[in-house]
Amino acid sequence: MGLAKRIIPCLDVDNGRVVKGVNFVGIRDAGDPVEVARRYNEQGADEITFLDITASHEGRETTVHTVEQIAEQVFIPLTVGGGIRSVDDIRTMLNAGADKVSINTAAIHNPELVRQASQRFGAQCIVVAIDAKRVADVDGLPRWEIFTHGGRKPTGIDAVAWAVKMAELGAGEILLTSMDRDGTKNGFELGVTRAITDAVDIPVIASGGVGNLQHLVDGILLGGADAVLAASIFHFAEYTVPEAKAYMAERGIEVRL
Amino acid sequence: MGNLHSVASALAHVGAERVVVTHDVEQIRAADRVVFPGVGAIRDCMSEIRRLRCDELLQVALTEQHKPVLAICVGMQALMSHSEENGGVDCLNVIPGTVRHFGQPLQDAEGRRLKVPHMGWSEVRKVIEHPLWAGIPDATRFYFVHSYYVTVNDRTLVTGSVDYGVCADAALARDNLFATQFHPEKSHTAGLQLLRNFINWTPAC
Repeated sequence: MGLAKRIIPCLDVDNGRVVKGVNFVGIRDAGDPVEVARRYNEQGADEITFLDITASHEGRETTVHTVEQIAEQVFIPLTVGGGIRSVDDIRTMLNAGADKVSINTAAIHNPELVRQASQRFGAQCIVVAIDAKRVADVDGLPRWEIFTHGGRKPTGIDAVAWAVKMAELGAGEILLTSMDRDGTKNGFELGVTRAITDAVDIPVIASGGVGNLQHLVDGILLGGADAVLAASIFHFAEYTVPEAKAYMAERGIEVRL
Repeated sequence: MGNLHSVASALAHVGAERVVVTHDVEQIRAADRVVFPGVGAIRDCMSEIRRLRCDELLQVALTEQHKPVLAICVGMQALMSHSEENGGVDCLNVIPGTVRHFGQPLQDAEGRRLKVPHMGWSEVRKVIEHPLWAGIPDATRFYFVHSYYVTVNDRTLVTGSVDYGVCADAALARDNLFATQFHPEKSHTAGLQLLRNFINWTPAC
């Protein structure tokens, strides 16, 4: 038996509450992040990702405190992302108890941050988050670009080339979110998932669009992902983590049961 | 994994009376048990170990005070003679052995590509029974995250192994020392069980 494919529930946290935008409108409250994280820990989640979507400075201090509380009670790896801009921000989150830190926009503005952070803290704790969106085909081949600002602002950067560059700079893992699918429940964008998993030697987490358990299976078997991330299907108790793992195991995927 | 506090909170959770994250000589000398978790890249890790004289303290804890010592991840790698990481770094040589890169391309027995770092939950084969394995079945999954792996020279010290393209040493034991490549503090119930076993362990030596 080899390495298990990982299931990672994701907590999008705004001002101290887990939220989930459905199709980017109507934020639904999904509870207290510490409670939610503890529940997933008990259910046998393989990791937890905490994405801070709080805009205000005061809110960010709340985030550090919340991460500390989660880290005291959750004994699986915890990734924290959202608003990470500097080596100091990374250190703050690691000291608060994060095991990995996810860098998104800051890597686009300053790719050297990835190299510095990886050298300072080790590649194992540096995750680069990529928000990709399908754009016009080039020479009949599909192309995905990096978008910022919640999928509204194009950067012109090719998502696959960017993933390769981030791996070279020292990222330990890629968190790939399809902005076409995020919040839709229509399943992962498998094309970009497969293109990036084939292009890099580091693990890739597929994210964005999970609406049922078959989507998780497809992300791994068709997309080639090493881990699958989902939020709303778990938050609103449509499925539990053990149900997801049992479903995947029945379809021949190695999971930690 | 970048994080010493994770180990401390996991130890507190399983009932350790007082856990201190420190490099203070007196505190380490006075401790009943010592955990030696390494983080980051080996060169920086080794230079900090030497600068803070943790190498001497470790030797005292191991061979003079005979305290239970648990080394984790890069902490285990630091015990070896030499690591390939950062262009080659001499380590503590507490246990003669080497630390090598997984190498790329890495494949499993069926020829499937394996990613590096080895990140996630792999089964650990118990090679030798040990008090720290109490209550943990063979082939239990633990959380790993590493790009370099350990091979000790004296194969009788290997208590657990993991298969990831190569057969890597997942756990080692010698007298009052136990070392793991995986992260018990991040390995959910099995990891907490191992840490509970550590705080209850009275080595025979």
